[in-house]
Amino acid sequence: MKNKAGLILIVFSLLVVGCATTQQRLLDSDSSQVQLRSIQTRAFETTDKEKTLRTIMSTLQDLGFVIDKADATLGTVSATKLKNYALRITVTVRPRGETQLLVRANAQYNVQPVTDPEPYQQFFASLEKAMFLTAHQVD
Amino acid sequence: MNKFYQLLFTVILFGLISISGCATIPKDALSLSPESLAQRQMQTRKYETKDEAKILAACAGLLQDMGFNIDESETKLGVITSSKMRSAVSAGQQVAAVFVALLGGGYMPTDKEQKMRASVITRPIGERGEHIAVRVTFQRIVWNTQGQVTTSESLTDPKIYQEFFDKLSKSIFLEAQEI
Repeated sequence: MKNKAGLILIVFSLLVVGCATTQQRLLDSDSSQVQLRSIQTRAFETTDKEKTLRTIMSTLQDLGFVIDKADATLGTVSATKLKNYALRITVTVRPRGETQLLVRANAQYNVQPVTDPEPYQQFFASLEKAMFLTAHQVD
Repeated sequence: MNKFYQLLFTVILFGLISISGCATIPKDALSLSPESLAQRQMQTRKYETKDEAKILAACAGLLQDMGFNIDESETKLGVITSSKMRSAVSAGQQVAAVFVALLGGGYMPTDKEQKMRASVITRPIGERGEHIAVRVTFQRIVWNTQGQVTTSESLTDPKIYQEFFDKLSKSIFLEAQEI
């Protein structure tokens, strides 16, 4: 009977440990940095940073976000979507070589980072249409 | 033995419930909805000018007229974000809470305050950027008397946007006349 009680305790603790410990959450270093970057980043064949940022904002608005802040010099836009959940996203734009811009998005859903590739694919699919440009996967 | 499995089942069930506390993002959260085009039209107006800064200034003035405080702005990108805190107490909820208390239901939390946000984005449109498109979006978060969030939503009532742009047309006129 003691064994069984131990088993129950182990199963229970395994289930509860499903989420990371509170300290790990500061740097969220449990997921692979390289993999996360490739999920969140696309390259576009343009050098017009300002127009890209404006298009990003317009896409975010189409997706139901309200813009929180934007910085043309740094090339960042942050926005929040409220729909009985809080989805916060930051999109950054920076030059890559002479002819391309790198667009990176990272999102947080309520109190968790969004690490699934799918939501980012959907975001870049919408952005592609608004930019009239193809989003290239970056290795 | 049967009892043991029952207990194990309960523990697993409880564990699953506690894990689903960290629920994942809804499938459609970052994809365009069928209503997005209609919403864009409702939230956007076009003004016959090339002067984006003037339009932005008029928007800032209008937001102040409506009691919003400017949080952030970036003129280079045509961005103004603003917010205001207001009461969210509604008579209906108060009456319901009193009835619940009278019927012995104890204390019922009611909506107390709300944060309303407005964000205005302008951008040049047309082939030579001869028009300025203004798009405004509103959202709000409501907290109850216990400090819990009861509602968080985008505001999509067409009347709000109609009124905003009616006022903006007036505001642009006022700015031009420098009253």
